[in-house]
Amino acid sequence: MTINELQDELIDDFEFITEWEEKYKYIIDLGKELPVIDEQYKTEQYLIKGCQSRVWLHATYENGKVIFTADSDAIITKGLVSMMVKILSNQTPEDIMNAELYFIDKVGLKDHLSVTRSNGLLSMIKQMKLYAIAFHKA
Amino acid sequence: MSSVVVSNYAGSLDIAAIRAAFPILSTTVNGKPLVYLDNGATTQKPQRVIDTINEYYTRHNSNIHRGVHFLSQYATDAYEVTRKKIQRFINAKHDHEIIFTKGTTDGINLLAYSFGKSSIQPGDEILISAMEHHSNIVPWQIMCEDRGAVLRVIPMNEKGELIMEEFYKLLNSKTKMVAITYISNSLGTVNPVKEIIDAAHQKGAKVMLDAAQAIHHIAVDVQKLEVDFLVFSSHKMYGPTGVGILYGKEELLNAMPPYQGGGDMIKTVTFEKTTYNELPFKFEAGTPNIEAGICLGAAVDFIESIGIDHIAAYEEYLLNYATEQIKQIQGVRIIGEAAHKSGVLSFVIDGTHPYDVGVLLDKMGIAVRTGHHCTEPVMNFFKVPGTIRASFAIYNTKEEVDALIAGLKKAVMMLL
Repeated sequence: MTINELQDELIDDFEFITEWEEKYKYIIDLGKELPVIDEQYKTEQYLIKGCQSRVWLHATYENGKVIFTADSDAIITKGLVSMMVKILSNQTPEDIMNAELYFIDKVGLKDHLSVTRSNGLLSMIKQMKLYAIAFHKA
Repeated sequence: MSSVVVSNYAGSLDIAAIRAAFPILSTTVNGKPLVYLDNGATTQKPQRVIDTINEYYTRHNSNIHRGVHFLSQYATDAYEVTRKKIQRFINAKHDHEIIFTKGTTDGINLLAYSFGKSSIQPGDEILISAMEHHSNIVPWQIMCEDRGAVLRVIPMNEKGELIMEEFYKLLNSKTKMVAITYISNSLGTVNPVKEIIDAAHQKGAKVMLDAAQAIHHIAVDVQKLEVDFLVFSSHKMYGPTGVGILYGKEELLNAMPPYQGGGDMIKTVTFEKTTYNELPFKFEAGTPNIEAGICLGAAVDFIESIGIDHIAAYEEYLLNYATEQIKQIQGVRIIGEAAHKSGVLSFVIDGTHPYDVGVLLDKMGIAVRTGHHCTEPVMNFFKVPGTIRASFAIYNTKEEVDALIAGLKKAVMMLL
């Protein structure tokens, strides 16, 4: 599936969730589902330091696709991270570089990307794109 | 768990009437009535402060200490009235011992720079404590690096109390400044400042108190304390942001060089030599935040209209109530259990991250602070990534504490 198809799928998933409790339960569940990052990558080198919650991001390049794995010490952040990974992992560097992540706004989670949230998410998106640029050049 | 009996507030304050003076408290957040428990970060503003801001720009705006015209005179007088109000509020001997700053951080930077320049030699020592806000660590680190001085740290125990035996061991004739917080912003600990001041003075050291978390909670009397320097911010005492106070004893301030150069702080300027103005203007270069300075006076009026001792008693009741009630939350661990606390309840809950709890509370309209509270060394000491901090002000209620507890129960249920 393309990045936009994946985003649309996620937007559909959220469409019928009206209560904030359900929305956050869904995000928390996504967090719990996220495949755990290999322990060897939960180091300073792969850490994207937010002010409050920490995010680890690792990327490999296989058969022309970038594979992301990630983790966070906060479960809501982890749920949001899980969405990013779902959408951007297993895509080509070019598609990742050009991706416009409109789903965040559409599912009403834009405030999680503000600077004051300090959850490392904004830096994570930037880092994912940087990985894509690096693999693109390689 | 069993419910806890805490005697009800027996004082005479009409909290409903006090709340009514704060328009923001009747707003909703995420569709829920706002429960504002982030007063340690900043307090809300009463109508009289908001009105003063409006009135200043509507009728009195002018630069101060300069013009001979009516508006400038008026604004100058209003600004200087605040200086006198602060003098009275903290019981300083002279109004020129009250220096307007941008805030607590600015005051500490001013002091570290100017005191460092006039009084610190290589090998001298500065004492801070393990529970300082970053703003009472970094300016001293910068100064120590610059002057070849040594920064020493008074340790604390597991309850979040300073280990006074260690303080006495660290204090010596090389100690030139003891810079400590009156009340810890992340733990709520009220430090034994009078004892520290007396001991420091015996060794010839000066003492600076960071009163940012104290000034709106308890009575502060600089002459009684005999403290040399004291800093605080307007915005944590119901006043506007962008202004704060550095108090210093006259003779000590006189001995210090200016921090910044510019207008207002000079007596005469030639290209060869500039002579400096007298106190307090020597330390007040440039056009200040006039409006905030004037409105700080209105904030002092607000506090005095209730009485700081009444405020202290009511907030103590609230903190005790919250401390008891929070024990209902399974897996809760209070961070900071000093015998003497004020204003702040900091905690973590087993199996949850403070960030997640904070996000869910926000959805319920409850504003708390989560994170390291600019005290990373404190978080490292307690081995937590951060805490959830509920911090109180005079307008908070028992019902809001109950809302917090209910909110926490719900958040924990969702997260675990």
